[in-house]
Amino acid sequence: MNVRLYVWQRLTAALMVPLVVVHVAVIFYAARNGMTAADILARTRGSIVWASFYGAFVVAVAIHAAIGVRNVLTEWSPLENRSAGIFASAFGALLLLLGARAIAAVVLP
Amino acid sequence: MSDTRSELTVSLWRGAQQGRYQTYKVPWRENQTVLDVVTFVQRHLDPTLSYRFACRVGMCGSCAMTVNGRPRWTCRTHVSSVVKDGRLEIGPLENLPIIKDLAADMRLFFDKWQRAKGAFVPSRTRNDEIERIRPDSAARIAADAAIECINCGICYAACDTVRWNSDYLGPAALNRAWTLVNDVRDDANAERLQAVAAAGGCHACHSHQSCQELCPQRLNPTASIAGLKRRTMWAYLKGEI
Repeated sequence: MNVRLYVWQRLTAALMVPLVVVHVAVIFYAARNGMTAADILARTRGSIVWASFYGAFVVAVAIHAAIGVRNVLTEWSPLENRSAGIFASAFGALLLLLGARAIAAVVLP
Repeated sequence: MSDTRSELTVSLWRGAQQGRYQTYKVPWRENQTVLDVVTFVQRHLDPTLSYRFACRVGMCGSCAMTVNGRPRWTCRTHVSSVVKDGRLEIGPLENLPIIKDLAADMRLFFDKWQRAKGAFVPSRTRNDEIERIRPDSAARIAADAAIECINCGICYAACDTVRWNSDYLGPAALNRAWTLVNDVRDDANAERLQAVAAAGGCHACHSHQSCQELCPQRLNPTASIAGLKRRTMWAYLKGEI
């Protein structure tokens, strides 16, 4: 890992700390109040706030995880740095796609 | 520890990369070091045994070997402190190619010192006035804490990251770079920070801290590497590297 990847991984980690706290708090809130899927969708559909919140979360996760996977591959697999980078970028893109799909499912009207 | 035993069973690595452990019986004596045991084998049992040592008092760093699974200075390791059931297993340092028997090839280790820009680059000539360095300045305190490395290679042999990533510069080279980063007389820190911030540099360290646990000089290369991570990160964010 070079300094550029290090900075990106640390910055995305720092960004995720408050996002994880809010995400877990929301899960507790929804579970304790017995909210149904319909209740939740009524709050999230058309909401720019929730779209931005989970959009930032998905982008941070995709970057952070891809860098981590690249490190694991360069240290534990026979892949060279370049091949590990390509594989990890593809993994990050997949996370981004899946995350975007999940957000679209709950925020698009 | 039983002093009534008269013999040690000593397994020594014989051969190069391909080889095997060979067992010898060595008299057990009081206050015997591991280096004494290896020397006994070479002088009395098998003169073809190859190993490396020089000062015998923990100053030169050349006698480091793997003793019962851990890298150690053999000259400063008493048999009584490491022996298990009357047995010792002694091999060359790990993470380095083996030249023969107990002698590891240190070239890669020193090449990485060069890659980490471990050489001092003076900012003044002999004709300039000598720069005054305050011993209590923060930079000098940081440099002093890491300066006593004698290049024995124990931290390098102990490092998991070196084992996994052959490109990694290793604790000793990075620790050396940290002392120079904190040396105000040095004139090559832009290149040095660039070198240690590249792939295989300080950011590859996982902070497992085997280096600081096993360093016979009681240095803390992990702390030096953490310092380099901070310094290079700010240099990167400011666009200096």
